[in-house]
Amino acid sequence: MAINSKTRLTPEQELARRSRRSFIALGAGAVGAVAGWYWLNGQALEDELPRPLRRVLGFNESVVRNTLYSDAHLVQTYPASAVGKIKVNGDIGMEKPIDQAGWSLNVTAYDGSARQLTLADIQALPRYEEIIDFKCVEGWSTVTQFAGARLSDFTSHFAPGSAKASYVGMRTPSKDYYVGIDMPSALHPQTLLAYEMNGAPLTDKHGAPLRLVVPVKYGIKNIKRIGSVEYTDKRPADYWHEQGYDYYSGL
Amino acid sequence: MRSVCAVKVLEEKHKLASRWFHWLNVPLLCAMIFSGLLIYWAYDPYRIGLGGVTLFHFFPNWFYEGTGIGYQLALGMALHFFFAWLFAINGIAYVLYTLISGEWRALLPDRDSPRQALQVAMHEAGFKVPLPPQGRYNAAQRITYSAIVVMGGLSLATGLAIFKPAQLHWLTALLGGYEWARWEHFWLTMGYVVFFVIHIAQVVRAGWSNFRAMVCGYDLVEPAPLSKDRAAARVEAMHGD
Repeated sequence: MAINSKTRLTPEQELARRSRRSFIALGAGAVGAVAGWYWLNGQALEDELPRPLRRVLGFNESVVRNTLYSDAHLVQTYPASAVGKIKVNGDIGMEKPIDQAGWSLNVTAYDGSARQLTLADIQALPRYEEIIDFKCVEGWSTVTQFAGARLSDFTSHFAPGSAKASYVGMRTPSKDYYVGIDMPSALHPQTLLAYEMNGAPLTDKHGAPLRLVVPVKYGIKNIKRIGSVEYTDKRPADYWHEQGYDYYSGL
Repeated sequence: MRSVCAVKVLEEKHKLASRWFHWLNVPLLCAMIFSGLLIYWAYDPYRIGLGGVTLFHFFPNWFYEGTGIGYQLALGMALHFFFAWLFAINGIAYVLYTLISGEWRALLPDRDSPRQALQVAMHEAGFKVPLPPQGRYNAAQRITYSAIVVMGGLSLATGLAIFKPAQLHWLTALLGGYEWARWEHFWLTMGYVVFFVIHIAQVVRAGWSNFRAMVCGYDLVEPAPLSKDRAAARVEAMHGD
C-alpha cells in the first residue's frame, strides 16, 4: 500500500494536507496582492504620482539614458507625401494671440549671462528641415514637417559653454507653460527651434513665432511659443511633470 | 469489492516553480491590463468593423464610465512601466526555468499536436472521435499554452517598440512601425482576454481535482501500470516535501 513512510499519512490525507497548505498560501497571496495594490496607490504623492511609482520612472530614465540613449539614434524621417494634418492639442500659456512684433527670446546661459534675441537672429543660423512622426503622450501621432535651427547650433552660437549644463528649461512668455529637457536630448541632431511647419511659417496655434521640436520626446515636451531659454544644472520645472507625467518622457 | 490495488496514489501534476510563475502572473497581468486600459482610454481608435460600419468600438462609453477608467493617463503610464518589470521578470524566469528543467517537453507542441488538437476539439464539440493519448497536457493545451507564452514575448517586444520607438527604432521597424506596434500590443491583450474566458470555462469543466492540482501540485490517480515518468513522480510525491 502506498502510504507515506515518513508521516504515516494515507495518500488522501497527504493530499488534504498539501491542499490545505497550498490554498492557505494562495489565499494569503491574493490578500497580499490586493493589500499591495492599495498600499501602492495610497502612498504619498510626489508631483501627483505615488512616490514608489515616481522612483520607478526615475529608475527607468536612468536605465534608458545609460544603456539605450544615443545621439546616433535618429528618429525615422518620412517623404513629404506622408505628412498628415496635425491637430492643435493644447493652448496653455498661449490663450491669447501673440504680438509677434513685440516678441523676443530671453536666453540665460549656463554662466548666468543673459541676452535677448529676435527671430531674425535665430533664422540666421543654418536652417534644417525634417519630416518626423510627432508623437503625443496620448498615443496618437502625426507625420509633420518642421524647419528651424538646431538647438545644438543655437546653444553653441548664442550661449557658448552652456552645453555643459544638465538641463535646458523653456517657458512661454506668460510663464504658464514650461518644460525641462535633459541636455543630451536637447543637443540631439534632430532637436530644432522651429519657425516653420508643413512648409509655412508657424501659425499662432502651433506656437508662432518659435517652438521646440524634440522628436525623441513626447509632444508635451515640444513647447510652443517659447519666451525664454535657460541653461541650468537644476532640473527646471515642467508643466506636465507636475501633473503626474514622467519628467523624462523620452522616446 | 475493494482491493489493495484500488488505493489511489499521489501524483505530481505541476512543479512548484511552474505554479509560482502561473499564480504570480495572474495579478501581474491584471495590473498590466488595467493600467493599459488607463493609457488606451486617452486614444482609443480600435474597433471591429469594416469600412464605415463599426460592430464594436473598443471601448464604448458605458465601459469607461462603469469602470472609472477615464482621465488617468499619467497614473496608467507610471503603473504600466512599473509592473512591466515584474511581468517581464516573471515571464522570462518562467521561460528559462521551462527550458533548463526540461519541462518544455510536456508543453511544446510536437509533430502530432495539430492532428491531435483537432481530435480533442471535435471530441469536446460532441463528435464521436476518440481522444488521442496524452501526457500532462493534451495537444490543444500544448498549442494554446505555448502560444500564450509566445504572445507574452510579443507583448514585451511590441511594448518596448511603443515605449522607445527612437532608441529601439530597429525593433519598432521590425514590428511594422509605431502605429502597428500599438495595434499589435492592443490585440495581443484582447487575445489574453479571450484566452482567459476559455481557460476559466475549461478549468470549471475539468473539475475540482484539476484545479486543486494547479494550486497544490498533486492529484490522486489510479496506480496504473507504471510508466517511467509516473514512477518518478510518485517517488517524489512520497519523499519530497
